[in-house]
Amino acid sequence: MKEYLLGNAAIARGILEAGAGVVTSYPGTPASEIVESLAPVSKEYNLHIEWSVNEKVALEVAIGASWTGVRSAAVMKHVGLNVAADPFMTLAYTGVKGGLVVISSDDPFCHSSQNEQDSRRYALFACIPCLDPADPQEAKDMTVYAFELSEELELPVLLRPTTRVSHARADVDVGKGKTKKSTTSHEFVKNPARWVALPAHARTRHSVLIEKQDAINAALENSPWNRLVLRGELGVIASGISGLYAEEAIERLESDVSILRIGTFPPPDDLCAEFFKHVSKVLIIEELEPVLEEYVERAAREHNPELEILGKNTGHIPRDGELDSLIARNAIADMLELTHTMEEPQSMTEADEILPPRPPALCPGCSHRAAYYAMKQVFGTDAVFPSDIGCYTLAVDMGTVDTCLCMGASINLASGIRFGGEDKDICCSIGDSTFLHNGMPGLLNAVYNNAKITVTILDNLTTAMTGHQPHPGTGVTATGDKTKSVSIEALANVLGADFVETVDPYDLNATLETFRKAKECQGLSVVIAKQACITNAIRAGVRRKPFRVNDNCVGCRECVDFGCPAIEFHEDRARINSLCTGCGVCAQICPSEAIEEVVNVK
Amino acid sequence: MRTSECCDIVVAGVGGQGVILLSNIIGKAAVKEGSPVRAAETHGMAQRGGSVITHIRLGCKFGPLVPVGGADILLGLEPAEALRYAHYLSKGGIALVNTNPVLPSTVTTGRAKYPPLDEILAPLRRICSDVKTLDATKLAANAGNPQAMNVVMLGALSKYMPLREEIVIESLRESVPAKFLEVNRRAFELGKIEME
Ligand code: SF4
Ligand code: SF4
Repeated sequence: MKEYLLGNAAIARGILEAGAGVVTSYPGTPASEIVESLAPVSKEYNLHIEWSVNEKVALEVAIGASWTGVRSAAVMKHVGLNVAADPFMTLAYTGVKGGLVVISSDDPFCHSSQNEQDSRRYALFACIPCLDPADPQEAKDMTVYAFELSEELELPVLLRPTTRVSHARADVDVGKGKTKKSTTSHEFVKNPARWVALPAHARTRHSVLIEKQDAINAALENSPWNRLVLRGELGVIASGISGLYAEEAIERLESDVSILRIGTFPPPDDLCAEFFKHVSKVLIIEELEPVLEEYVERAAREHNPELEILGKNTGHIPRDGELDSLIARNAIADMLELTHTMEEPQSMTEADEILPPRPPALCPGCSHRAAYYAMKQVFGTDAVFPSDIGCYTLAVDMGTVDTCLCMGASINLASGIRFGGEDKDICCSIGDSTFLHNGMPGLLNAVYNNAKITVTILDNLTTAMTGHQPHPGTGVTATGDKTKSVSIEALANVLGADFVETVDPYDLNATLETFRKAKECQGLSVVIAKQACITNAIRAGVRRKPFRVNDNCVGCRECVDFGCPAIEFHEDRARINSLCTGCGVCAQICPSEAIEEVVNVK
Repeated sequence: MRTSECCDIVVAGVGGQGVILLSNIIGKAAVKEGSPVRAAETHGMAQRGGSVITHIRLGCKFGPLVPVGGADILLGLEPAEALRYAHYLSKGGIALVNTNPVLPSTVTTGRAKYPPLDEILAPLRRICSDVKTLDATKLAANAGNPQAMNVVMLGALSKYMPLREEIVIESLRESVPAKFLEVNRRAFELGKIEME
């Protein structure tokens, strides 16, 4: 039966079909919907799912589960794999018992990310197999296969979808359906030679890993994920979704180009050798790093040293960004020397010239805007404002986001900037989920090493940017069940901050006052600006009366400069549109008492 | 339009206008028809009130992205966004455009200007010989809820995409809450009639 499924939902089906027992993750676009799709059915399938506090934790929990013999998966976005890299690399030595699949979704073009790194490199680095699905159907099917392969090889397997697979939708044959995890108990069987990576054991396990490379190659060589079509003597080799772009391009060009589609890394040596012997020139099409291209350059030396290789290194395929079938088509046409069929889009210079930009912005009534406004009032434009990763990074125009590097970096950058010699005020900001993910060690470090900085924790009681997932501060688990709720204030205190105060950013005066005290503090101060994400609050049924501008408005633009999308400037006066969520902050900013609550709302 | 085999649609709009819901109704209808379908959507950071685009490829077995210059239909839920993504249109393609603007904050705060409708439609008409306009937001208000604008546009689109109307309506029924079904049915009809 076919269903219309999001790629991530298709991967979730694969996890269920494989009968996995434990799935862990930290939310991250484009991977978040995998665990979200599992949440409604996890109990029925005897499946433990969790939002872990970060990706390293997620992978380690999944490893523990695998060592009891259960199938497990750890799910993350590509940069999350950096956080999980420590267990990931040694896991290749220890190996697994129950099949363990690491799912790391890459983001060509940085749609929602701070970089364009390529997870395939990680798999090669760790010497484990990697699967590169082209579409939602393959993503589901490969997920099932990945568990089987992992168990067969006793190695973790990396599944690497990209944004256009994870966030694509397609008709997916859901096939065999779902398998429940067996209820027979799984136990941890002691085996120090495997599970204790002491140097002596690690040396042995490294040899085992090296010996397993032939078995990996043999398994992948015979897998159905690499497809060869021999036609003319010009060829294309393409990885994952690029294979679909190439097939479309070849069909549209009505050419007889041969094609080898690659879905596995390492690529299949024999199939590649057959291809190299057939073609005289080959174009490598892949997104992100030239992983396949480097393989082809190496392998062709042995099988066809004359082979002409085009790709990223020759400028035929862009080195960065994402591809589509037009890019593939023009590159293939170029290889075929068919300049007349190269297509340029119709020229649309007007669009750039006349259209106003429409960048994403914080929602109307977002508490981050209010907190940042007060922060800037107190610290002034001269202070240094390291920031972090979350919705609040969108406030870069407010002047309170001076840095954004990776999850949890804000506090450490603030410390480093202080120790580097900067003597201005330094006030960094970090979201609640980001603080719990990786910010706590930074705060501890700043306290320990006497960094005189202010740390603002923007606590909106959710992981907003990735789709409002719960975290340990919310008292709710991934399945919506109640659990202990961790107090961020208590954490800041116990980590040793000299000043800790929680304030509601919707109360402007109180927030200004708290920031002033934090600024005066001689040691390390922590301000917790706590107010629920307005989007989440509205979903939960919270309704506030909207505000409006009355005749007192003198057109000073103070409220407009605050930047709430609900406030417009029209004919020399401010006005509030229907997007207002009633946070009331603009009314406290207005120096003329011109903004008031609408008393009689229909 | 390549009704028989493949029809590439690009939907452009603003975060919050229901672009993804609209695309999903079309995609599910295609599956009901037993036809292959591919779609791509925007999640995460780009969504917060920013410009949003989805790709839907009916009868397609390749990748989910409509190539630039390849769309048979451009469905613009907002005029400026229609122009922003007009380069996706193929030479013989058609554009269906809601004429009701949503002003970006760069405009409402006086940092940028929103061009008059004529200036948006003129370049669109230059590259596309078949631009159809409708005030879908007003039609949706007439149907009972301006939020149903996306379904007015779906009704308009139903005249041009190779999916049977009753299947599209069935998919609509399964995709919206029952209490809003009546309004949405009216919105669909009003959009469709506008194209007659
Ligand atoms: S989703 Fe929540 S946190 Fe994100 S911008 Fe909107 S209100 Fe702010
Ligand atoms: S009260 Fe003011 S700041 Fe808050 S959402 Fe309404 S217009 Fe925006």
